[in-house]
Amino acid sequence: MQLNLLLLVVMLGAALWTVMGRSLLKAAIGLAITSAVITILMFRLDSPLAAVFELSVCTGLITVVFVSTISLTKPLTHKEIIELSKDRIKRFWYLPVIVAVVALALILIKVKNDLVPAESAWELFKDVKSVLWNFRQLDMFGQIIVLIIGALGVSILFEERRRDEW
Amino acid sequence: MPSLLILIPLFGIMILNLPFRRLMHKAAFWFAFALCMIQIALAIHHYPLFWGYELVQLDSFFRINFSLDHLSFVMLLCIGIVTLATLLVTRHTVFDEKERFKFINLLIITSIGMNGIVTVRDIFSLYVFLEITAIASFVLIAFEKDVYGLEGAFKYMMLSAVASVMILSSIALILLVAPSTSFSAIHDAVRQSADSKLIILAMGIFLSGLLIKGGLVPFHGWLPDAYTAAPSAVSVLLAGIVTKAAGIYTIIRVVGSIFGFTDTVKAILLALGAISVIVGALAALGQNDFKRMLAYSSISQVGYIILGFATGTPLGIAGAVFHIFNHSIFKSLLFVNAAAVEAEAGTSDMDKMGGLAAKMPYTGITSLIGMLSAGGMPPLAGFWSKFIIIIALWQSGNHTYCVIAALAGVLTLAYLLVMQRKVFFGKLREGMQDLQEAHAGVVAAAIILAAITIGVGLLFPAVFKAFAEPVKELLIK
Repeated sequence: MQLNLLLLVVMLGAALWTVMGRSLLKAAIGLAITSAVITILMFRLDSPLAAVFELSVCTGLITVVFVSTISLTKPLTHKEIIELSKDRIKRFWYLPVIVAVVALALILIKVKNDLVPAESAWELFKDVKSVLWNFRQLDMFGQIIVLIIGALGVSILFEERRRDEW
Repeated sequence: MPSLLILIPLFGIMILNLPFRRLMHKAAFWFAFALCMIQIALAIHHYPLFWGYELVQLDSFFRINFSLDHLSFVMLLCIGIVTLATLLVTRHTVFDEKERFKFINLLIITSIGMNGIVTVRDIFSLYVFLEITAIASFVLIAFEKDVYGLEGAFKYMMLSAVASVMILSSIALILLVAPSTSFSAIHDAVRQSADSKLIILAMGIFLSGLLIKGGLVPFHGWLPDAYTAAPSAVSVLLAGIVTKAAGIYTIIRVVGSIFGFTDTVKAILLALGAISVIVGALAALGQNDFKRMLAYSSISQVGYIILGFATGTPLGIAGAVFHIFNHSIFKSLLFVNAAAVEAEAGTSDMDKMGGLAAKMPYTGITSLIGMLSAGGMPPLAGFWSKFIIIIALWQSGNHTYCVIAALAGVLTLAYLLVMQRKVFFGKLREGMQDLQEAHAGVVAAAIILAAITIGVGLLFPAVFKAFAEPVKELLIK
C-alpha cells in the first residue's frame, strides 16, 4: 500500500514535469516515465494484461514515435526556450495546485468501499486470447476503425505541409 | 441486422480506399448518399423483415450486443438526415475532389460511430463508439488546417479527453459490482448497491463526462469555439447530431436503462438544464458572429431537452426525444444557411451583412422557417416539442422551471429575430450587389430540412404518436 502511494506520487510528478517542462524531448521522456510507473502500478494491482499493453504501446512504441518526430523538427534557440518556459509556467501554474487539492480532498473524504462484489466471470478474462478474440471482438473492431481515422487524420493534416517542405 | 449499420459503411470505406482512386473519388459521394437514404427509409418504416432478421454467424463472430428500440430509431433517423444534409453541403463547400473524398470517408466513419452509440447495449462498447465519433470529429473540425480550426479541435480534444477519463473511471468503479459490461447486468448490479457512495460517485462522474460531451453549462467551454471554427459542413454535423448522439442521447440511455431516475439525478439535471437554457440564450444575444450565435443557441436548446427528460415523466421524456429530433432538423437548417451565407458573403460577421434575402431568397426563406421553429412559433415542429416540455414541467410540479423555460422562449425568439434582421432583412449592404443564391446542393439541403420542419409541425399528432410517444413506455419500463 505504502509503495503504491509512493508510485502514485512519482507518477504525478512525472506527469506534471511532462506538461510543464520546457523541452519537447524531455516532455516525451516524462510521458514515458509516467507510463512506466503506471505499468508497475498495474502489475502490483494484479492487472498484468493491462500492464503489458501499457508497457509495449505507451512506454515503448509511442515514445519511439515521439522522439523520432521531435528529432525531425527544428530545435528552438536558448532564448526562445526560456520565453516559452516562462509563458508555460504562467499559464499552467494552477495544475500542481489542482492536483494537490484533489489529492487532499480524496484523502479527507475517505469514500467507504461498501460494494457488494459481483459473482463475476472476470476469471475468464485473464487470458489475452479469450479477451481479445472471444469476448471483445466488437471493441477490437472499434480499434481498427480508430486506426483508419488516425491514418486519414495524418493524411489530411500533414500532407500539405509535407508537399510544401519538399 | 442492426450490425449492418456498422459493417456495411466500414467495408464500403475499405473498398473505396482500394486502387482505382479516381473512380472511387466519384463513387464516394454516391455511396454515402445511398447509405443515408437507406438508413432514413429503414428508420422511418422499422421494416421488421430487415431489423428482425438475425445474422447469426456474423453477430456471433463479432459478439455484437446490438438492440433497437424506439429511441434508437429516432436517433438513427436524425443521424441519417443530418449526415445527408452535411453531405450535400460538403459537395459545394469542399472544392478539391481529393480533399472531399477524405472528408466523406471521415463523415461515414462519424456516422458509424453514432450508429454504434445508439444501437449498442454494452457500456464498454458504448465508450468505444463515443471515442470513434469524437476522434473523427477532431479531424473534421481541423480539416481546413487554419489556426482557428486547429484551436477549436484542440479545445474539443482536451475536454473530450477529460470526459473520456471520467467515463472510463466510472466504468471501472461500476465493474467492481457488475458481473459483465451489458446494460442489463449493470442495471441489476447498480440497484443492489444503490446506497453505496462509490456507486453514487461513479454515476456522478459518468454523467459529468457525458455533460461535457453534450456541451451543457458549465461544461460548454469547447462548444462555441468548435462550432465556429469548424468548416461549415462540419458545423452542420456537430450541431445537428454529434453532440446529441454523444452527449444527450447517452445521458438519456444511461439514466433510463442503467442508473434509473432518482430525486437527486432529477434535481441536478433540472438545474443544469435551466442554467443552460438561460445562459445559452443570453450569450447568443450578445454575439455578432452568425455561427457563434447559433452555437450558443444550441446550448440553450439542449437545455430544453434536458429539462424535459429530467421531469422523469412519460410526457417529459417523449417531449425531450421529440425536441432532439426537431432541434437536429432546425439547427442543421440554420447551420446550412450559415454555410451558404459564409460561402457567398465571405464572412460570418453579422454586422457586415444586411438585406441578403434579396440576393439569396431560398436561403432567406428557409432561414426564416428554421428561426421560427427554433423560437417555438406554431404550427412549426419546434413549437410542439417545446410546448410538450413546458406542459410536462408544469404537470410534474416543477413550476419554477416551467416559467424559466417559457420565458427563455421569448429570449430565443429575440436573438433569432436579431439574426434574421441583421443578415437577411433591410437594405442590401454595399459591396454585396454581386452576391448570388447558394449552390443548388446547399439550397436543396435547406429546402429538405425546412420541409421536414413544416411537415412534422403540421402532422404533429401522427408523427408524435408514431415516433416520440412510444419512447416513454420503453424508458419508464
